[in-house]
Amino acid sequence: MATRITLELPSVLADVAGGRRSLAVELDGDKPTVADLLDLVAGTYPHLERRLRSESGQIRRHVNVYADGLDVRAVSGIDTVLLHNAVVMVIPAVSGG
Amino acid sequence: MSQVMLAVGTKKGLFLGWSTDRLSWEWEGPHQPMAAVAAVAIDSRRTPPRLLVGGRNEHFGPAVFTSDDLGTSWRENANGSPAFPPDAGADVEQIWQLQPGPPSRPDEMWAGVEPSALFRSDDGGETFTLVQALWDHPHRPDWQPGAGGQCLHTVLPHPSDANRVLVAMSTGGVYVSDDAGESWRASNTGVAAPFMPDPHPEFGQCVHKVVRDTENPDMLMLQNHGGVYRSEDGGATWQESEEGLPANFGFGMTRTPGSDGAFYAFPLSADVNRFPVDGRAGVYRSVDGGRAWSDVSKGLPEAGFHTIVLRDAMTTDNAQPSGVYFGTRSGEVWGSIDGGGSWEQLVTHLPDVLCVRAAVVDANSRG
Repeated sequence: MATRITLELPSVLADVAGGRRSLAVELDGDKPTVADLLDLVAGTYPHLERRLRSESGQIRRHVNVYADGLDVRAVSGIDTVLLHNAVVMVIPAVSGG
Repeated sequence: MSQVMLAVGTKKGLFLGWSTDRLSWEWEGPHQPMAAVAAVAIDSRRTPPRLLVGGRNEHFGPAVFTSDDLGTSWRENANGSPAFPPDAGADVEQIWQLQPGPPSRPDEMWAGVEPSALFRSDDGGETFTLVQALWDHPHRPDWQPGAGGQCLHTVLPHPSDANRVLVAMSTGGVYVSDDAGESWRASNTGVAAPFMPDPHPEFGQCVHKVVRDTENPDMLMLQNHGGVYRSEDGGATWQESEEGLPANFGFGMTRTPGSDGAFYAFPLSADVNRFPVDGRAGVYRSVDGGRAWSDVSKGLPEAGFHTIVLRDAMTTDNAQPSGVYFGTRSGEVWGSIDGGGSWEQLVTHLPDVLCVRAAVVDANSRG
């Protein structure tokens, strides 16, 4: 069974996501992870994927990813399992000057 | 119609200045807003010239952006930004240098990054590959970050011997290759590292910038973390070159092209006092290969100037006579078209200037 995920993006990333702020995707397997989600995203929107994680696969320090409201860093990070119909929100951290 | 294009990389994007007479300027930008642009290349080997920008968004990381219409439109290639291979175990934090290769290799482009590593492109910057031999160098575990990060900030291809390349990093020092990057050796003989127990180590120097005399490619000038040095043998040996300078610390340095070219430097008081000497904006010029320097600061602020010029924020153009330009952390850009005989403020109120590049271009190539 495919796992349906909704990925919600900040407006600043819409230009690397085909102009969209919300992507509906389906992941294979019964326990897909945030890493699986980003792997899938990379195939269609490679610049979006690179904005969210570095080449070594780490979520960028000033990017926060929430799965159904939970900060994935507080769960299992990039290996956090996503549930069917999960909403994954990307929110830039409060930083900068 | 020929114009001089001044590309100013700042902490929050790229600004472009345009001028036909180098006296009045029109400014546009920011391009790539919110990206810290520490590296810009104007690849004039192409027609029209290609602009490459190395930017780092504080949230979303580094990327290279390319324009083939002088900044009217930009693109980012899917594989066009330097990135470490999986087995390197590292991430590119920032792109510090984008440097076109020699004329004989019109598609060669180099990128120096943080952490200290070198990437090469053989397709004009469309894709970059890690220079593995430098990454695997046995010295690398001992390279340490300076205040700006552990960065490879200078890439100097030899203009007539395409296999020779010099790089500089902070810290680490100067390394050279004679075989197009297949092997590397430290090249710091004579350059001090006063912050180390052995002040003259083989490597580990905190070199801030190296510039080359393109007419005499073995002639190099080096701004060290304390010390200005010259080399007449392609960097094999270095000699102190400080006569006439008010201080030997600094970052920005450049050389105007041509047989009548000169080196320019912007000294700062000291490591522990990183301000212009006596609060005065002082540019110094050497017309004899660094044997002596003289003050060429007419028109610059004489007092109350407490900003600095970063390592890539001093440059020249290829007009006749050559212009000299520098940008400051306080968002000003100054220029001289008479060899430092007089200076004009070209723009102000920009974000912190990180790098400046200039070239004569055909403005009709703007899209």
